[in-house]
Amino acid sequence: MITLLTLFPLVGGLVVLALAASRDLARVMAVVFATGSLVLAGLSWYALNPAHPGMQFEEWHAWAPSLGIWYHVGVDGLGVLMLVLSAMVVLMSLAVSWRNEKQGGVYFALVLFLEAGLFGTFTALNFIHWFVYWELSLIPAFFMVRLWGGKGRAKAAAQFFLYTMVGSVALMLAFLALFQATSTAGHPGTFDFVELAQLAQSGGLSTALAQNLHWFGSSEHTAMLLFWAAFLGFAVKTPVVPFHTWLPSAYAEASSETTMLLTGAMSKMGVYGFLRVLLPIFPHQMQQAMKPLLWMAVATIVLPAFAAWAQKDLKRTFAYSSINHLGYCVLGVCVAAQLTGADAGLAQEKAAALTGVLLQMFSHGLTAAALFWLIALLERRSGGLRGIDDFGGLRKIVPVFSGLMGIAIFASLGLPGLNGFPAEFLIFKGAFPLAPWASSVSVLGLLMTAVFLLTVIQKVFSGPVNPKWEAMPDLTVTERLALAPVLLLMLVLGLYPQLITGMVHSTVTQWVLSMSAGMKF
Amino acid sequence: MLAWTIYVSFIGALLARLSPSKGLARLVALTTAVVSLGIGLVAFHHWQPGELLTVTRVAWIPQLGISYHLAADGISLTLVLLTGIAATAGILFSWNIEKRTQEFFAFYLVLIGGVYGVFLSFDLFLLFVFYEIAIIPKYFLIAIWGSVPKGATGENAGSLREYAAMKLALYSFAGSALVLAGMVAAWVASGGHSMSFEALAAFPFSAHFEMLMFPLVFVGFAVLAGMWPFHTWAPTGHAAAPTAASMLLAGVVMKLGAYGCLRVAMMLFPAGMDPWGFHVLGLGSWRDVFALLALIGIVYGASVALVQRDFKFVIGYSSVSHMGFVLLGLMTLTQIGLDGAVLQMFSHGVIAGLLFAVVGRMVYDRTHTRDLNELGPMQLAHAIPFAAVTFILAAMASIGLPGFSGFIAEFQVLIGTWRAFAWMIVIAGIGILVGIAFTWRALTKAFFGEPTPGLAAHALPPITFPEKLGALLLLVSTLTVGLYPRILTDLILPTLQSPLFEGLRRGAWR
Amino acid sequence: MSADLNLGLSAVNYAELLRLTLPEITVALAGLLLLTTDITALRKCTLKTRLGVGALIASVGCLVSIHMLKSAAVEAHLADGMFVVTPLTRVVQMTLVALAILTVLLSTSVRFTNSVGEYLALILFATVAMMFLVATQNLLLIFVALEFLSLSLYVLTGFDKRSRQSAEAALKYFLFGGMSAGFLLFGMSLLYGVSGSIELPQIAAAVSGPTLDPLLLVAIVMVAIGFGFKVAAAPFHLWAPDAYQGAPTVSAGFIASSSKVASFFVFGQVVTVGLATAAGHGAYGAYAPGWVPILCVIAALSMVVGNLAAIAQTSARRLLAYSAIGHAGYMLLGLIAHTPMGTTALIYYVITYAVASLGAFGVLGALEAEGVDKIADLAGLSRRAPGLSLCMLIFLLSLAGIPPLAGFFGKFYIFAAVVDAEPHLGLLWLVVLAVAMSAVSLYYYLRVLKQIYVAEGAADAVAIDVPLVTRVTIWVLAALVVLLGCVPALLLRLIGA
Repeated sequence: MITLLTLFPLVGGLVVLALAASRDLARVMAVVFATGSLVLAGLSWYALNPAHPGMQFEEWHAWAPSLGIWYHVGVDGLGVLMLVLSAMVVLMSLAVSWRNEKQGGVYFALVLFLEAGLFGTFTALNFIHWFVYWELSLIPAFFMVRLWGGKGRAKAAAQFFLYTMVGSVALMLAFLALFQATSTAGHPGTFDFVELAQLAQSGGLSTALAQNLHWFGSSEHTAMLLFWAAFLGFAVKTPVVPFHTWLPSAYAEASSETTMLLTGAMSKMGVYGFLRVLLPIFPHQMQQAMKPLLWMAVATIVLPAFAAWAQKDLKRTFAYSSINHLGYCVLGVCVAAQLTGADAGLAQEKAAALTGVLLQMFSHGLTAAALFWLIALLERRSGGLRGIDDFGGLRKIVPVFSGLMGIAIFASLGLPGLNGFPAEFLIFKGAFPLAPWASSVSVLGLLMTAVFLLTVIQKVFSGPVNPKWEAMPDLTVTERLALAPVLLLMLVLGLYPQLITGMVHSTVTQWVLSMSAGMKF
Repeated sequence: MLAWTIYVSFIGALLARLSPSKGLARLVALTTAVVSLGIGLVAFHHWQPGELLTVTRVAWIPQLGISYHLAADGISLTLVLLTGIAATAGILFSWNIEKRTQEFFAFYLVLIGGVYGVFLSFDLFLLFVFYEIAIIPKYFLIAIWGSVPKGATGENAGSLREYAAMKLALYSFAGSALVLAGMVAAWVASGGHSMSFEALAAFPFSAHFEMLMFPLVFVGFAVLAGMWPFHTWAPTGHAAAPTAASMLLAGVVMKLGAYGCLRVAMMLFPAGMDPWGFHVLGLGSWRDVFALLALIGIVYGASVALVQRDFKFVIGYSSVSHMGFVLLGLMTLTQIGLDGAVLQMFSHGVIAGLLFAVVGRMVYDRTHTRDLNELGPMQLAHAIPFAAVTFILAAMASIGLPGFSGFIAEFQVLIGTWRAFAWMIVIAGIGILVGIAFTWRALTKAFFGEPTPGLAAHALPPITFPEKLGALLLLVSTLTVGLYPRILTDLILPTLQSPLFEGLRRGAWR
Repeated sequence: MSADLNLGLSAVNYAELLRLTLPEITVALAGLLLLTTDITALRKCTLKTRLGVGALIASVGCLVSIHMLKSAAVEAHLADGMFVVTPLTRVVQMTLVALAILTVLLSTSVRFTNSVGEYLALILFATVAMMFLVATQNLLLIFVALEFLSLSLYVLTGFDKRSRQSAEAALKYFLFGGMSAGFLLFGMSLLYGVSGSIELPQIAAAVSGPTLDPLLLVAIVMVAIGFGFKVAAAPFHLWAPDAYQGAPTVSAGFIASSSKVASFFVFGQVVTVGLATAAGHGAYGAYAPGWVPILCVIAALSMVVGNLAAIAQTSARRLLAYSAIGHAGYMLLGLIAHTPMGTTALIYYVITYAVASLGAFGVLGALEAEGVDKIADLAGLSRRAPGLSLCMLIFLLSLAGIPPLAGFFGKFYIFAAVVDAEPHLGLLWLVVLAVAMSAVSLYYYLRVLKQIYVAEGAADAVAIDVPLVTRVTIWVLAALVVLLGCVPALLLRLIGA
């Protein structure tokens, strides 16, 4: 089932590549396959038993058992949520690309390859083939930026690629060490996420580290080093300040269709890694490193918000805003790792924070994709101009566009009734009791978000009409129809977040439980 | 039957030389390579895990206890398959050779025959004979059909080719001279009764003797494996060679060296890797020394590749870097490290072949330049998209992206390294990163350069069918091993348990 | 049979002597016959016919001789070691006669002289001298045979009367040869003085003792110098390059092959039999005076001087001359080992060297008509004469020691013998030097092959036509090199490894 899900877009990509000569045929097939993928993802969402806490639809196949490599896939609430999100974002992005004549058949194939990579990443449970997908998703993304980006695409793509690769290599070395630590005579060691998490909970992992890897005199230090190496891998991808410097130029130089994919789906891979790897396998280390982690989380929330305010380019503004929003996720994950002892109340707060993180992932994916979609439409009308000061009074010229953009911005800002609100609310609800000072400082970020988003609204949509754009056409019927479901979903999620929280409840509860077990040494 | 890989190659060489027409010579060569590959595959299919497949064993020079002993274990078989693949692909990529075609394929097939012979020899003397047979054709392939940078013409071009060819031949020969000295000493020390691997591996040489012979023989072979600081023949040789020869040089001939290191130096003189009992600069054994040299090679090769302007030199230095992983893996003396090293031999063989095919055949033969700065404005990604796609895939494989064979190999070497020399892992990691950087640089500079305004994209001849076929063969190989590494690890791992490797299985062996 | 012959301290059974020397006599008679035939019956015939008939007579005579050698007595010892026959000497004699046939066949294409009969006869006479040389353990006969051989060779060297180079080479060869004969004679007389015998085994018995007589040491040095000249080992090699370059090519080939085999064999006899008890040690850290350390120095010098000087040569024949000096160094290693294995290895080496070397000169001789002298003149040869080029490739690579050619196994065997000779790898230093120098040698051999295969010849160059006999002879030599390399056991069985 899950294998099929992953293979479907991959096959689609190959089919589209074969048809790449004809752009029309390619885009039709791409949309067909993307829709199919969404349907499959939706099916798995539907089929998932929300009450069951562990992995579902698991598949096990021996791959290279002597090297601890098994083909192991499965999903829980988190996985299935990410599958649906990726499928939706891909379809949204394709909808925008539909009319972008520059993007030929190969582009569509790359999008589907990227989707396959995303699906694989969100379902694989053995490090090795998870890593295959993790890297595989990077390659199409790299070429999408490199080949279809703006003027500074070469440098942006290089930065994007190299930063991520540094993270990946660190991550790989960390897992090699874990494999090495868990191997004993006659047993090759393990790369399995689930197995490693269980080992971490039972304390077996620290024993193994003490036995097999004792550099620097103590296994504690070794484990800490491994944690930071793995952290680097995810932190670059998410990104966490100060590893974010690749992001603004990559997002800005990539075409908006690509940026939708980058921010809507790929940035979630980092947070997914925090949840799937760092939290279950390194709970103790996270807790020991809580101070620097929290500082980084706070910095990720606050600094980009200020930076966004200072930007003159709409895409850069929203790029920074994207970092800021993922900062909440990082904060949520970090506080969930706090040492709490047996306090049931605090366990509740942790669950709240984590639920908030999941909601935020989904909701930010949706919102950010919608925002960049709208920016793409704006760019198309303005002939590529997208400076904040280039426009003015658009509300009067293109009211429908402005209205929809307004909804998206407000969702991003966290206005109650839209999807951003419940997510951020839950995160802060959990974070305040667990890490009061960090949460307090982070509120500054919320404030600044409001400031810069309102600045955008003010400069672009209000104010005096810029005569240059008086003839700008409003959204066409097709565009409106295409955007409507997305915005509707944002509204629905804002009003009825249980749609998601219900799905992930048992998963989150399971995490909280196992984490407290893992901290008992 | 495996022995026929050798015979078929030599017979093919003769037939190719005698062919009345160029077309026939090509067909003969291709048939020969495909038949050998087929033989390799059949043997692979019938091979039982852990088996030592004796092919032929007859007394050859009975007075000296030398026998004509051909056999194959999993490691030999892996490399025989590699040779078959690289040879077939190489011929497909040489389809456009018009200059002295018959001779070209004759030399080429003699080289292949020698390589097969080395991998199948289970007698030290025989191995050495085949090892040296492989040297001479290399010289002529480069000196006669080699490629030169743009601008070098006439006399100058000839001397550049000959310089590279001579350097390669002399380095190889100097290396093999060390091996010869070691071989003679080992034969005498073991009583002069036998040269077979079984007998020599089982003979209890004195620890002192092994301590002396191991570095001698290891260095002798490692010269051909491109170990720093004896690597300098590799970049010049690879760059100057015609495409097919580069593919074979990097793909297979460098493996001869690594194979010799494993099969002769390590297997016969394992005690040479024991600690000296004292430390010099933190190094306590030959093993530490060679591991360090391998590591330097990894980082050095990658760093130098990062600043090359000549496309072929980039790939040439990358080979030095990748072969560093093989040597590092060997020196870990762990099961997983050795497995990784052998796998890396296969993987690098295929990937380097692919890279050289793109650079030498698809790009150079069409644009007649290897200068990255000149290639950039040609918009090759649009002019020859097939080459671009192939190179992208090859580059992905080369930097060790998961899913390709390079990943599974380097990754095992790294685990082994982590077990054996933990601190080195950080430097190896840096080496990988620099590797990613230079591959990326070459890729973007060569294929995705900025167009020169006012200059239309060059119209280049389209990629021919043999090229596509060759690229496909290599890509399928690397992907197959990358996605299903068991296909080879099931050959290699049981072999490492065989009695021949008894001497290596001690200490940290896991 | 041999036992009752072994009595003869005083009396010589002439019938037996005649029977045993029948092969030698046959060759000599063949020489005389062809000389007379040429002078009388063929006076008016063309050069081609005379060469053909002469070669035919010589070949038939030699073949008969080989047949006799094969079937003759296996062991004999006549007249105070004047005439000693062992299976080994028989094999060496057969080799010499076979080489003589091949040399004669190669000579059929010579055009530099009208005195065909004399030329061919001289080759046969020199062969007779060599046959005697290898079949004696008596200092007197050794000297006589050696001079007989040398005189023949001097004449062969200067045979091209139209060429001043040839005359100069002959003169040089003669002067150096004469000087070496002086040294040799002096050394031999000292040996006789020290031991009171001219029979090698008895000399060995007489000089054995815990310490070395200074006079004996002088004798050893003199003998070493004398033979050093003969085998062209450094630093006594100065005549060789000029002689090889100036002499008619076939003569040079003959000097480089047959005479090398005989000289080394007799050199070996003198030191390993006659001076067996005064060997000394050349091992690192275990030095002892004797002829071994002296030969170690000569061998090392020869290998270094010969191989390094060869790099700088532009003339193909001079290059072969210097390479011959280097090879003399390797061959001395076989003597230095001073073991049965060393002797076997030396004989194997020297025979295979002779075959390859004669072949190489044969190729150069066949090209003489094209005016090939410099290495550069060989450019593009592979396009003009592919077969000849392939043979040259085989000869040169064999000389360089590339398997599976004969030269490789020779090197391997001789190195093994040297390493084996001293415990604790004492002579490894010599082997390492030798191995390093063989790497150097590959460089200059490849330079020649580069011209043949890589360099483009002149655009108007036409295919080279080589007479059939010459071509077949060269192919036979090449086939021998390959055969002996692939199946060394063939020859090893004969020389009794």
